[in-house]
Amino acid sequence: MRNVLTIAGKEVRSYFTSPVAYVLLAAYLALAGYFFWALLSAFNQSLQIYSMMRNPEMLQRFNLNEMVIVPLLHNMAVLLIFIVPAITMRMFPEEKRAGTYELLLTSPVRVSEIVLGKFIGGLVLVLVMVALSGLFGVLVTIYGNPEIPLMLSGYFGLALMAAVFLAIGTLISSFTDNVVIAYVGALFALLLLYTIGWIGETIQGAGAAIVRYISITDHFQELTKGVIDTRDLVYFATVLVIGLFLTQRSVESVRWR
Amino acid sequence: MIEVANLSKRYGDLTAVHDISFTAQPGEILGFLGPNGAGKTTTMRIITGFMPATSGTVRVEGFDVFEQSAEVRRRIGYLPENPPLYNDMAVVPYLRFAAKLKGMARSAIDEAVDRVLATCGLTEHGRRLLGHLSKGFRQRVGLAQALIHDPPVLILDEPTIGLDPRQIVDIRRLIKDLGGKRTVVLSTHILPEVSQVCDKVVIVNDGRVVLQDQLRNLTRTRSLEEVFIEAISREHSDGAARVAGEGL
Repeated sequence: MRNVLTIAGKEVRSYFTSPVAYVLLAAYLALAGYFFWALLSAFNQSLQIYSMMRNPEMLQRFNLNEMVIVPLLHNMAVLLIFIVPAITMRMFPEEKRAGTYELLLTSPVRVSEIVLGKFIGGLVLVLVMVALSGLFGVLVTIYGNPEIPLMLSGYFGLALMAAVFLAIGTLISSFTDNVVIAYVGALFALLLLYTIGWIGETIQGAGAAIVRYISITDHFQELTKGVIDTRDLVYFATVLVIGLFLTQRSVESVRWR
Repeated sequence: MIEVANLSKRYGDLTAVHDISFTAQPGEILGFLGPNGAGKTTTMRIITGFMPATSGTVRVEGFDVFEQSAEVRRRIGYLPENPPLYNDMAVVPYLRFAAKLKGMARSAIDEAVDRVLATCGLTEHGRRLLGHLSKGFRQRVGLAQALIHDPPVLILDEPTIGLDPRQIVDIRRLIKDLGGKRTVVLSTHILPEVSQVCDKVVIVNDGRVVLQDQLRNLTRTRSLEEVFIEAISREHSDGAARVAGEGL
């Protein structure tokens, strides 16, 4: 455990002592802020139109959670698809290029500790991102009247999703010594995972059920609706553990080539 | 103490190391010599546990590199061909990180860092970023990293490559001083370095050991250059003789 923390601490320090963390945070929060503002403006505009039409029945149906928070969470998940690979792409390729891989692998440290340390280091950065984007939820709570438990469940889902993205990015970064390949590979895998549910509606039978189970979006959707189901939690945990386990195998196998 | 026995390493069809055996005693500085691509780096990477051998065994301080890998790694200081430095770290934080990786007790780290900074002439440069250091300083930090946990065995892969003459003299003196009770394996293709620093010489060519002996025995009548050139061309002349024999 001490080795894990040593490596995680080194990773976190390297993110935050270089511009990397700040650039990623700024890009993420600026875009998320823009989405938030756009969604909120649309919400207000429709609200005004319906109040002018004096249609109380329609107004009743207006829901801050459904019309602002949930779409915002989905948009932020898409942002993470592009940002998480930028975190994971350096994890292994940079070590291999700099030769520090030899230092790590010849130290009395287990491969699983290296993998876990790198993952936790990245997780700290990603969780800081998700936490800071909680600001939008706070703003909505101050100026509006959303259902807070629902919102919290949504953010919890976003954090889980970010962790899963990170595990997949870590795995793909362990395959290569090239950062561009690590980025594009992770982007490809994450986009596929995010959009695979689309075909679940058109294909039939067992295939459809499998696709729907694999699709991360379907599980995330449940959480944004405030439904914290063990099945979804098991899904996130499974993908995360498989990702990290395969990373450990992949790093170990390099030695055997 | 390092005992290498019948070590082979194949990458697919290519045999990088073929049946290499040698031992290095405590207090001995072993010069591991050979032309570029002879298998020096591969052998050292196997000794340090970075990669496994295809066959053969390596024991370091009595521990098997493959079976008791963690024990071995705790006892080895390794300077790879390119010093393993994180360019965005400063010298002292980097050495502290290396010390923790080597499993040193927290309370011993400060003292160890000060010690290796002094040994490698880095005391004045502790706060400099590794990415801003010249080649000579990078090499010294790499060496400091290898020494941080005061290991009984040191593996140095071409420690003086790319240094200017003065730095070369400094590093050689440092290695000589480090000898003492440690076992040091030093790879190089610079022959004067071997004559000045080493006690024992192992010459490899095409992945095979072609000669090993104490330096003083080898250089009794001839220069090391002559011995080296003869050793690495012997294999080829054997081949030539065989071809010529078939012709007759």
